Amino acid sequence: MSSMRMDKNWPKLEDTRLLGKRVSRLDGPDKVSGRAKYTYDQNPKDLLYAKFAWCPYGRAKIKSIDVTKAAEMPGVVSAFALRKEGDELRYAGVEVAVVAADTEERAREAARAIVVEYEVLPHNAEDKDFAAVPKEFLGKPRERKAGDVDKAFAEAEVKHTGEYGCAQITHCCLEPHGSVSHFKDDEHVAIWSSTQAISGIAEQVASISGVEAKNVEAVCHVLGGGFGSKFSLDSWDATALRIAEETKRPVKVMLERDQELMIAGSRPSGYAKVQIAATNDGTLTGWISESWGSAGAGGSSNLSLPYVFNGIPNVRLSHAGITTHAGPARAWRAPSHPQSALVTMSAIEDAAALLGMDPLALVRKNLALTGPLADTYAEELDVADRMMQWSAKWKPRDSKQGVIRTGHGLSLHTWGGGGHESNCDVRIHSDGTVDLSMGTQDLGTGTKTVVAIVVAETLGLPLEAVAVRIGEGRFPPSGGSGGSTTVGGVSSSARVGAVDAANQLFAKVAAELGAPAERLEARDGVIRVIDEPGKSIAFKDACRLIGPNPIVGHGKEDGSLMNSGVGGVQMAEVEVDSETGVVTVTKFVAVQDCGTIIDLKTAESQVFGGVIMGITSALYEERVIDPVTGMVLNPDLEFYRLAGIGDIGEIEVHMMQTERHHSRGVIGLGEPPAISPMAAVANAVANALGVRVPRCPITPREVLLALGKAGA
Amino acid sequence: MSDPNGLSRRHFLKGVGAGAIVAGSIEALSAEARAAAQAANPCVGPGAVPIKLSINGSVRELAVEPRTTLLDALRNHLDLTGSKKVCDRATCGACTVLIDGKAAYSCTTLAIAAQGRTIETVESLANGAELAPIQKAFVEHDAQQCGFCTPGFVVASEALLRTNASPDRAAVLEGLGGNLCRCGTYVGLKKACMSAGAPAKGGRR
Repeated sequence: MSSMRMDKNWPKLEDTRLLGKRVSRLDGPDKVSGRAKYTYDQNPKDLLYAKFAWCPYGRAKIKSIDVTKAAEMPGVVSAFALRKEGDELRYAGVEVAVVAADTEERAREAARAIVVEYEVLPHNAEDKDFAAVPKEFLGKPRERKAGDVDKAFAEAEVKHTGEYGCAQITHCCLEPHGSVSHFKDDEHVAIWSSTQAISGIAEQVASISGVEAKNVEAVCHVLGGGFGSKFSLDSWDATALRIAEETKRPVKVMLERDQELMIAGSRPSGYAKVQIAATNDGTLTGWISESWGSAGAGGSSNLSLPYVFNGIPNVRLSHAGITTHAGPARAWRAPSHPQSALVTMSAIEDAAALLGMDPLALVRKNLALTGPLADTYAEELDVADRMMQWSAKWKPRDSKQGVIRTGHGLSLHTWGGGGHESNCDVRIHSDGTVDLSMGTQDLGTGTKTVVAIVVAETLGLPLEAVAVRIGEGRFPPSGGSGGSTTVGGVSSSARVGAVDAANQLFAKVAAELGAPAERLEARDGVIRVIDEPGKSIAFKDACRLIGPNPIVGHGKEDGSLMNSGVGGVQMAEVEVDSETGVVTVTKFVAVQDCGTIIDLKTAESQVFGGVIMGITSALYEERVIDPVTGMVLNPDLEFYRLAGIGDIGEIEVHMMQTERHHSRGVIGLGEPPAISPMAAVANAVANALGVRVPRCPITPREVLLALGKAGA
Repeated sequence: MSDPNGLSRRHFLKGVGAGAIVAGSIEALSAEARAAAQAANPCVGPGAVPIKLSINGSVRELAVEPRTTLLDALRNHLDLTGSKKVCDRATCGACTVLIDGKAAYSCTTLAIAAQGRTIETVESLANGAELAPIQKAFVEHDAQQCGFCTPGFVVASEALLRTNASPDRAAVLEGLGGNLCRCGTYVGLKKACMSAGAPAKGGRR
């Protein structure tokens, strides 16, 4: 790096021009016009479509696979088994054989003509009712203790016991998982992959196919959702690569919706029996939980209990993982946090009801137990209280209400952040144009826009003056987009790269301006001498002095420009029809901090999105497994329900954006807002009904069961 | 019941004459009548059949199997990939196009049945780089994240605005109620659809 003359630190909030303002996303016009080309949209010449025969049982052994008939069908170019006799399959939907054909219709038909005989094996679909889980599918409980729990409960003035939890759900990316592979010759392959981690694709292709990584061209300009489920190439991509290599024709493999919902990622269930000890004034003194959950056929279901209030002095925890024969879990926005928030905040709300306290008062009383974020929560609770008018609206559970009952619930959440590895090149050309290239990807979070804002802010240029190139493996590598680490990585890398480029430009124009490079700044489209606005040169004219080759500023992620650790508060207002059991979210309030905000508009969108996804899991989502066959019963969008536009009520978002927050550095926002909604909605329902609906999704049936109006 | 090709059985009989039907000789029919017979006869295929579709103001000729959906014809045969395939069974609306000006799920419309109808896809709404008012409103109100559901919502919004130039909240919830989004862009979608519908001062919407 050249010597740092221009300060790389973020400007103060009052000095920013684009940073922290509401900027429309750069990829908006391509997305609204249909011009944005996703992996699914790639149609190279002579394309083959790959489709699978898949296991329709939760657990089975292959007796035989016959692809003869499929291979002879019109248009079929390739057909082969992916498993052999005796192989055990551990979840429905997993691929057992593949065909590739010249049209999608022919490939689908041929896949149906594959004949597979199975020996069905005993499986487990049970994870809600702990006592009903066969022993062989129960993991050994993990335990943790702190303080003196027995003493705390012996001395407790109030003790609450409750049971809570939520079902397995799926990522349900609208663009399914998949890729398009194309061998240009024996040694060179191009691959479009719907991925959250473009920079690692070439290495994975090399390990799968034997093609050297340097000869892999990997592209993902846009992707239709990931949410933690698209970090690496999958078995189906490897199959498509094999067909592409053998046939020398491009092969498209995109999972059909049923397979997407069965095998391409899920979030573990999480259930717990909780006991809370408290004093009469609402101070939480003890916590005991026995929790369990299932990550399907693979992954961890562990919870973080007690969530946020992890300073409760006396705790005893145990957690048991359960194997269910269902597609394995993958990271789902804020792994373990939504389930943990639901269990903890529900137990605290119930304890408050037992104490006759407003839960907001109980939470405020115990904020010290939340640790370093206590002040953040206190501030956010005040804001949320005003936005929801909680203090005016909240009523105790036993309030007399009619058929339609209104209730309010709240939840707190936290997440880390930080920033992943990120490298970039920022080029300033002699004609005054600027581009940045970075091997990152935009999941719809606004990554591309954020990077452009940082470069434009740094170089004193309008946003449209910066061309951002991302989503290709040939660009300087950046990390996978997960755990809210992207924006910290890419923004700091872009800032460092742009500052480096600016300093090089200053050195070129210092003589022209008759001032040392250290005294120059880039603002409002000019390079000028600090405090001498008369001495300036237009950016474009300055660039003419660059010479024959462009300036290249190298950017790398920088810990001093990012931070970690956010808190958020959310409140829900619901109406519950006590006769039909239908829950309607009428109003939802989300208050969130995330350090330095780069684009307020897309930051707010992240929070709206997280809230809506969370409301969906609170009320609608569950991957239902048939206890008899182990087949997923709802691998479609009719019965795997997503909230529609009329299901979400009025949502209000407030971003904490004072100099105190701004000066912290950049912190990611993908996970935090998706954590609390389930808990806030569940608490609002409990407040409305006067009884706890113990499990999410809170379907009408669950409501009626809780009210004693339906048989089990 | 109206035929999607605008050809009723009555029209068919009138066109070819009862005698030809009685004779039962398809070879005896004129080319025009043969085309009409094929259009009226549900037993075409199973191989690819030539069809003509009126898409975005031009007539496109292609050969698809009768089972090919309009969505697959658009995406796989004409490289019009703005319409997306998500649920592939008329639940999510990512495949929404306008057929004779009305929003329709192209994933559950057969391509051969769309002959003779006017099809508009999301690609037709912008005039070159100049976005349509509803598209500008989507960008302004950030009514997209990953963007995969977005074209379907744009087309559904356009269909709504053509019948109701200033939709209120209830009309928007109904008009966009046949589409699903996973990222959670509904707040922006509501604002976009309502603001695009509101007449701007001194101008059209």
